[in-house]
Amino acid sequence: MKIWKKGSMDKTGSLSLLVVIGVIMAGLFAPLLAPHDPLAVQMSLRYAGPSWEYLLGNDQLGRCILSRLIYGIRPSVLAVLVVLLFSVLIGAVLGFAAGYFRGRIDTWIMRICDVVLSFPGYVMTLAIVGILGVGLENILIAFVLTKWAWFARVIRTSVLQYTEQDYIRFARATGMRHGQIIRRHVIPVTFADIAVVASSSIGAMILQISGFSFLGLGIQAPQAEWGMMLNEAREVMFTRPEMMLPPGMAIVIVVSAFHFLADSLQVALDPRLRQSGVQHDRQPEHKEVPVRL
Amino acid sequence: MLHIQNVEKSYRKSGLLAKRSEKVLHGVSFSCHDGECLGIIGESGSGKSTLGRLILGIEKPDHGAILLNGQPIAQRQVRRGQISAVFQDYTSSINPFFTVEQAIREPLDGDGRSRADHGRRVDELLEQVGLSPAYRTRYPHELSGGEAQRVCIARAVANRPRYIVLDEAISSLDVRVQVQVLHLLQELQSVYGMGYIFITHDIQAAAYMCDRMIIFRKGQIVETIDTDRLREVQSDYARTLLGATIII
Ligand SMILES: Nc1ncnc2c1ncn2[C@@H]1O[C@H](COP(=O)(O)OP(=O)(O)OP(=O)(O)O)[C@@H](O)[C@H]1O
Ligand SMILES: [Mg+2]
Repeated sequence: MKIWKKGSMDKTGSLSLLVVIGVIMAGLFAPLLAPHDPLAVQMSLRYAGPSWEYLLGNDQLGRCILSRLIYGIRPSVLAVLVVLLFSVLIGAVLGFAAGYFRGRIDTWIMRICDVVLSFPGYVMTLAIVGILGVGLENILIAFVLTKWAWFARVIRTSVLQYTEQDYIRFARATGMRHGQIIRRHVIPVTFADIAVVASSSIGAMILQISGFSFLGLGIQAPQAEWGMMLNEAREVMFTRPEMMLPPGMAIVIVVSAFHFLADSLQVALDPRLRQSGVQHDRQPEHKEVPVRL
Repeated sequence: MLHIQNVEKSYRKSGLLAKRSEKVLHGVSFSCHDGECLGIIGESGSGKSTLGRLILGIEKPDHGAILLNGQPIAQRQVRRGQISAVFQDYTSSINPFFTVEQAIREPLDGDGRSRADHGRRVDELLEQVGLSPAYRTRYPHELSGGEAQRVCIARAVANRPRYIVLDEAISSLDVRVQVQVLHLLQELQSVYGMGYIFITHDIQAAAYMCDRMIIFRKGQIVETIDTDRLREVQSDYARTLLGATIII
């Protein structure tokens, strides 16, 4: 993509990108990187503090926390990214169709979205898991089935405001194909909005997956998963509060890396923000919609 | 020839309780010759921009037909390379992510010539609209209104279209720049010989530019008149329009 060529990502953005890539790699190569077996129980090391052998210490069953964190990347980050990819893809296709062509297509797609969105997310997911059976894959399928509608809706709104722009009218008047107009004029300007919505739903999804794991519907007990680790730490919150730190920090770091990345992508892609974005670093919470003059 | 035949258009207005449709154009018919500058003058809300969008094939009429050399303009292939446009709002006329060069290249795409040819054409066009080649790498937000409108004009004439629809193309510029842009449009017409459909509410600008004028009101043609014979207008409405500007 053209951002890499221009090298216009700011420092925060490049750092976040490194973190994101590092975490994904660590997840993919977990068996090579993890110093210990994440499931090996050693009751003699219960709640042991950090040591050279166990860098982050041991949990209530004496398992290596670092190894569990690394293995936990798979369900917590990689699975969430896959879900995100599919739901954003479905949402984008339908959202672009609805927002760009409008009319009857729009009405139909939006009514279907209304139906999907009218059930509370958890209830829908529970129902789907009830039909498909327990397991992480089924939770992920259920997530895709419930989340695409929300993305479709947000992306449609974003597309709608751009299709009325005169540069799109010009492109249509001069006989450019719809596909080409969408590729050239709509996707680049809506991309930043999509990245921001996608990145802001990552944190919520990690916690939802752990919620379902807690109910015994997702990841099963001995397997490592960040949300579940946090939950196990919660039980000893007052006696051993430091147990919250590793999974908590991991979630915070990954979620903020995605936020920062989405934010700097937005700045790097938009020529209007590029000049001002370099001078003063922007806050991560501050979601700026591209300036429309 | 561009033929507009008995065109009607309504928009659905969703009111508080019921949806009703409001007719914006009532059976409009006229034609525009190659190389002619045809003015369409009317007050705000009379449906001029709607008519412009129909001529550009962006929207389809409910009834009637718009034909370019006998073929329906709604077909993409009929429009390709034949018709172009300049709009009022120069801030949204150029994709904010595009440089001036990318914007001007856009209509040149797929004409079978090489990238280097296109590059030369961009330089030539920039010069024709009075901008230096240094503007190639600028982004739209780095242009003034007049400069942006010049870029839009360069883009509109880039692939030598047969007709250009100018919808209030000079209305949001200041008066001095308006005059410059009008001159520019006339020069370009003498170079390329395309037809203009000049939509405006400013009868003075229209009188300066156009060979023929259509006085438009509430989605209907009130009167069509040659600019030379502007003083001989028949309808009361056209007289009031004319009177209003002369007093000013
Ligand atoms: N897409 C649309 N949907 C609904 N109504 C519309 C739409 N476009 C135009 N209209 C209505 O059609 C009427 C004519 O609008 P139009 O923009 O064509 O007027 P105009 O003559 O160009 O006015 P102005 O000089 O202010 O640009 C207006 O009453 C407007 O509300
Ligand atoms: Mg208008």
